[in-house]
Amino acid sequence: MAEIKVHSDVTGTAWKIVVSEGQTVEEGDELIIAEAMKMEIPHVAPESGIVKKICIEEGASISEDDLLFIIET
Amino acid sequence: MKKALIANRGEIACRIIRTCKALGYSTVAVYSEADKSALHVKMADESYLIGPPPVNQSYLNSDIIIEKAILSGASLIHPGYGLLSENALFAQKVEAAGLLWVGPSSATIELMADKGKARSVAIEAGVPVLPGSLPIDPNNTPLLLESATHIGLPLLVKATGGGGGIGMQVAESLEDLPKIAKSVSSLAERTFGNNEIFLERYIANARHIEVQVFGLGNGSVFHLLHRECSIQRRFQKIIEEAPAPNLPKGTERMMVQAACELAKSQHYAGAGTVEFVLDRNTNEFFFLEMNTRIQVEHPVTEMISNQDIVALQLSLSEKQDMNHLIDHDFEYNGHSLECRLYAEKPKRRFLPSPGPLTRFRLPAPTQNIRIDTGFKEGDIITPFYDPMIAKLVVAAANRDEAVKLMRTILDQVEVEGISTNLEFLIEILDNADFLSGNINTRFIDTNIERLTSSQT
Repeated sequence: MAEIKVHSDVTGTAWKIVVSEGQTVEEGDELIIAEAMKMEIPHVAPESGIVKKICIEEGASISEDDLLFIIET
Repeated sequence: MKKALIANRGEIACRIIRTCKALGYSTVAVYSEADKSALHVKMADESYLIGPPPVNQSYLNSDIIIEKAILSGASLIHPGYGLLSENALFAQKVEAAGLLWVGPSSATIELMADKGKARSVAIEAGVPVLPGSLPIDPNNTPLLLESATHIGLPLLVKATGGGGGIGMQVAESLEDLPKIAKSVSSLAERTFGNNEIFLERYIANARHIEVQVFGLGNGSVFHLLHRECSIQRRFQKIIEEAPAPNLPKGTERMMVQAACELAKSQHYAGAGTVEFVLDRNTNEFFFLEMNTRIQVEHPVTEMISNQDIVALQLSLSEKQDMNHLIDHDFEYNGHSLECRLYAEKPKRRFLPSPGPLTRFRLPAPTQNIRIDTGFKEGDIITPFYDPMIAKLVVAAANRDEAVKLMRTILDQVEVEGISTNLEFLIEILDNADFLSGNINTRFIDTNIERLTSSQT
């Protein structure tokens, strides 16, 4: 079992969190849609696993490289 | 004294203020908390805070903007592009408040904002449109597949409420279609509050060409030629030219005429842009959409025509007699090119890159070099607004010379503190296909590896 950390690609807002803690996700599934500069920036699961922890709140400001999710594979 | 309120920010607000001042208007800026020391606020004669940084609490708040217009004693509102510029309700409210609106009627704005209705208007005016469907329920997979088979692949899934390149996705196969339809629909719901979609044929080897029209509101229309806008990423233009190079004479004539006929049929009032795709294999052209506002890339038209489009807009709003322009023989000189400088990372899927502009040096303007920006060194590019930080525009005797001049001035641009597409623009200008005019709307996608190989 391993933990994978998902970081933010952009500085902006955590516009819409698509998953909840404990949810099983497949590689490529959308986790969150970040929003910056009028653009929606989806972040997807890099590998299949379980969403162990959501580290941000929906609507919060996020910075590039902020930790968003921990996925257990 | 005449007084104009500019309901916008950034480079377009600055550009509008410049013309307003030249015409003797006193100018009023509005700004969000993020833009307190922005250039457009500094340039205007007076300015009003309208709310917190997010656009829906400031620049999209029509009531507070109209309130400030009345408070300041402004007689006219110019909406620029984006934000409230194509919001029919805002246009209506401005006129209901007894203010002059710079733009076409709210009925025209509403009609053209609906991509399905705009298609019907084009068909009625005899303007060719791409084979497409009526609005479709994205969950009705059998109907999606039937329509797609009828239209042919690849095709574009488009949001009825979309525009300006937002709310579109290409479907290459029938298998991908249901998923893409749902994704475009949900994005459209979130962005435009309207989940309706339709399908349209996608021409892979196409150029994007648009005609600048100007209507007097009485059925009379003149044009200021055309622009080439094929160099796009994610359906967003980054390099534009005027005139569109190497257009067959017959095609050019028919396209300009079609754009004017469309505007005439609507008794169009003000500046507008009719966008077409040109099939490079057949030279057939098709109506895409009409933008009922001043366009980002209008400077290339101004450079070759020596006209000030904002000044024309203001004249019409002030109900000045402009009939002499209908039969006027506009003269066009040379070739103009625009590069849009963006705060973004081309190598990382063009992700936006906000941050502080610790260094920001742009070439000095001359008769043949025009720089439109809303930022200065020391400003912060915030994540709240569009990532475009400057438009670099040049004019020269011909296309080769214009590209050469652009290449020179790009070398003079210095930006530190954020990532930009500067190197990417330079790579495009050095590309052999770009230089020979061998371009289509997939140019960036096709060449992405080569164009970003030297960058981090």
